[in-house]
Amino acid sequence: MDNKNKDIKKTTIVVQSGDYDKLYSAMIIANGSLSMGMDTTLFFTFWGLERLKRGGLSKGPLSKMNLLGLGKMFMKMKMKSAGVEPLEKMMEDFKILGGKIIACDMTMSVMGIDKKDLNEEVIDDYAGVGSYINQAKDSDINLFI
Amino acid sequence: MSEINIDVEGKTCPVPLVEVRKAIKQAEEGDIITVKGTHKASRKEIPMAINAMGFEIVSNEQEGDVWTIKIKI
Repeated sequence: MDNKNKDIKKTTIVVQSGDYDKLYSAMIIANGSLSMGMDTTLFFTFWGLERLKRGGLSKGPLSKMNLLGLGKMFMKMKMKSAGVEPLEKMMEDFKILGGKIIACDMTMSVMGIDKKDLNEEVIDDYAGVGSYINQAKDSDINLFI
Repeated sequence: MSEINIDVEGKTCPVPLVEVRKAIKQAEEGDIITVKGTHKASRKEIPMAINAMGFEIVSNEQEGDVWTIKIKI
């Protein structure tokens, strides 16, 4: 059953950072938004796009106290014991709940990323700023992470 | 009309909300979803989501650390 309420709200998030913790923030907000019955679109650009590479979702460093990966290892342990789901599971849920992902095609050409390098199954569109603005202009929540 | 049970005991944010939404997707009008969990904030937030989507909370009870929410689709 879909949303019974006909006034469907919308969330758009620009995922510019490829940092592990920031991607967590983006995915948690995105899944929370879908769970509240909102249409949700993530626009992956710059370092964020690196996370859409095959097997790259949880490869980002911590934005603070990464300590050459030691800080991240510690954070992962703490998250596991707190019962936080892995990013891969969050992405799976995001797609099950109908979330949309747009990959920035300009970043792809700047960074020499080809479609086949990316996790194509989760990507709905390859597009530019026009597509983002088109979604963002009617969004009730619009974030840049 | 069927009954759907979800157990999210021990799970944290945003799992209880997400699992409820996933169950709603599978449900049909008139179905009852019962969700059991321990994440404190979700006891308030699941009703927020249910109201936002226009469904109905039948009951919301706490027993020890465990809450049980019944939702009518």
